[in-house]
Amino acid sequence: MYRYDAYDQKLVDERVAQFTNQTERYLAGELSEDEYRPLRLQNGVYIQKHAPMLRIAVPYGNLRADQVRKLAHIARTYDKGYGHFSTRQNMQFNWPRLETIPTILGELATVQMHAIQTSGNCIRNVTSDPFAGVAADERVDPRPWCEILRQWSTFHPEFAFLPRKFKIAVNGAADDRAVIRAHDIGLELVTNAAGELGFRVFVGGGLGRTPIIGQEISTFVAWPHLLTYCEAILRVYNRFGRRDNMYKARIKILVKALGAEAFRDQVEAEWAHLKDGPATLTQAEVDRIAACFVDPDYAALPATDAGYTAALAENKPFAAWAKRNVRAHKQPGFASVVLSLKKTGIAPGDITDGQLDTVADFADRFSFGEVRVTHEQNVVLADVRQSDLFALWQAARDAGLATPNIGLLTDIVCCPGGDFCNLANAKSIPIAESVQRRFDDLDYLHDIGELELNISGCMNACGHHHVGHIGILGVDKNNEEWYQITIGGRQGNDASLGKVIGPSFAAADVPDVIETLINTYIAHRHEDELFIDTVHRIGVEPFKQAVYGDKTPAQRKVANG
Amino acid sequence: MAKLIKNQQIIDDTWQVLALDAEADAAGVTVPAGQWLVPLAVWQAQPALAARGDVAPLLDGADDPAALADQLATLPLVAVNFPKFVDGRGYSIATLLRSRYGYTGELRAVGDVLRDQFNAYFRCGFDALSPAAGKYTDAQLEAALASLADFTEPYQASIAHRDPLFRRHHRSAA
Ligand code: HEM
Ligand code: SF4
Repeated sequence: MYRYDAYDQKLVDERVAQFTNQTERYLAGELSEDEYRPLRLQNGVYIQKHAPMLRIAVPYGNLRADQVRKLAHIARTYDKGYGHFSTRQNMQFNWPRLETIPTILGELATVQMHAIQTSGNCIRNVTSDPFAGVAADERVDPRPWCEILRQWSTFHPEFAFLPRKFKIAVNGAADDRAVIRAHDIGLELVTNAAGELGFRVFVGGGLGRTPIIGQEISTFVAWPHLLTYCEAILRVYNRFGRRDNMYKARIKILVKALGAEAFRDQVEAEWAHLKDGPATLTQAEVDRIAACFVDPDYAALPATDAGYTAALAENKPFAAWAKRNVRAHKQPGFASVVLSLKKTGIAPGDITDGQLDTVADFADRFSFGEVRVTHEQNVVLADVRQSDLFALWQAARDAGLATPNIGLLTDIVCCPGGDFCNLANAKSIPIAESVQRRFDDLDYLHDIGELELNISGCMNACGHHHVGHIGILGVDKNNEEWYQITIGGRQGNDASLGKVIGPSFAAADVPDVIETLINTYIAHRHEDELFIDTVHRIGVEPFKQAVYGDKTPAQRKVANG
Repeated sequence: MAKLIKNQQIIDDTWQVLALDAEADAAGVTVPAGQWLVPLAVWQAQPALAARGDVAPLLDGADDPAALADQLATLPLVAVNFPKFVDGRGYSIATLLRSRYGYTGELRAVGDVLRDQFNAYFRCGFDALSPAAGKYTDAQLEAALASLADFTEPYQASIAHRDPLFRRHHRSAA
């Protein structure tokens, strides 16, 4: 993992001092509400239903054990004993007092952490593949490039007040696990015919109220030019993105208005002035950062561990867990483990202080002291010996972190919704729970197979509902909470947006509707065909029929539809 | 009198902003005697203003700094308006004036200019900051000077730092 040098540390310390001073001036009445709001947002502080919410940056989802322990300490000391991992790989605390936030930031700074640019109209936390460095299908490790982008975007003076938020994601594997085409800039690491490393560049993706899949504007930007190319994109956006209407201010609206080609021409024209300038990356800098992401000291192990194989054969619950929560690793004898934060009855992504401490201990004991957060709101131990899997499973089960459901229907992605969020149209956490309760039979879940269910409490789409195989969106109709359902969305290389099946439902009906969708899939599926593939093969119509029968849908206008 | 921060010192501001409402005729408006910052439209419509020496152009977020490219070598002052501090277009305009168009005279931020952005203004090439009259007491403005140096060794290349951190300093492997 990246470790700060004195320069990194100084910047974070200076930020703590700056924000402490800003908060003092705000509390003393010297800074108005309007003046303070953008400043606190750029430091991850929202004012929500119950209290300020503090969003802490987890750069591209990477954490060290000491950092996880610090999060546990913060949850315990300044919050109500739990935190929430978000779909952008960050950690959110829902209950800290504003007065304590400077102190929390000071504590975070002692373990090389911060809340910088986790909100506000600036470049946000860069996100990436939680299996970076260990996945078998990886072409290039994205983490050094994420770190380079993190440094470049941190306190960038020109881009601190963009028209709207700006999110960058990087993927370096054959399978896109970073949803790069749902980001303002999506970067895919590629090599060209000459064997040089570079980036395929997508812009203008995003979810929210106008979901759009990003468009390619360059097939290859050679690595030395990564920052100057991004600077050109950002400058065009900063100057010409709309500022008159915050709902039309994302870069996707600019790209759509100009057309991807005209946008690209503007970027290229700007880039012509920047290319080969001082911001051009050097091999030395890339090497310095890449040195933080070399493989750990893997022991030479046989490809399969005999004890592990035996345990799989003997212990059915262990085998069920391994089937879903253990992933192949590039290194013989190793595996990656996903600790599930999707236990029924617990809000998806929530984790207690005790569990955080346990995860830190697991990291030290089993995985070279490191942890990753996934955008599906789970936690990954990337480098576990097969021979340790059984012991890890037992300990994880004791800690409530071994629900064997990764990638299954109950591994629900879910925003905080109406329970915590001021913007919500409807609650989302209880909907997740009602679906989890309905599908509580593990064998049945495994039979249904891989299925991503994503829930957002409003059209801001924090729960990524558009790219869920099944998406649930909270809508408001005459001050009542209703739920609109989409099917056919997906993340990954063929990212696509789901289609609305018809008028929305009351909360109590949602589990029935989901069940009907599943039954329809089971009735139509070919052998080994996943839900999402069946939907794409037969279309939305049979599902609509099954759910609404002869009641012709779409008669009632769907709120926010 | 309004105050100006110029080269990290607080001095009296002797310039005023000529406001132009939407219907006003840029060619017809009279620019009185005294030091005036005038909207780009006025500056362009009345070429004679350039000879006066006490009038300077004021760019808005939507203005193209390229419009001044031919004159920059002789201009003593260019101002950029920040209608609201959260409107960040002025940072790009300043960066372009200083880099692409090579402007070396005084570059002044006017409008909703707040101390929490002083460091970003400075790094984008502003050497003069003009907070709204009455926005800060003398003591507050004095304290605000510290904000110019909020971040002492930033990562990026910018106008204030020609090179990014990785070229300015040797950074040892972590
Ligand atoms: C509780 C406080 C929160 C507030 C007020 C909030 C607000 C918003 C808003 C207004 C948008 C729409 C932006 C746009 O379309 O321009 C948005 C998008 C988003 N938020 Fe949140 N959010 C909150 C919490 C979260 C949480 C907890 C997560 C993760 C679980 C999250 C992840 C996202 C993501 C992934 C988007 C994606 C949309 C995009 O980038 O196009 N947010 N949020
Ligand atoms: S999707 Fe809506 S309800 Fe859910 S967290 Fe985002 S803004 Fe809040």
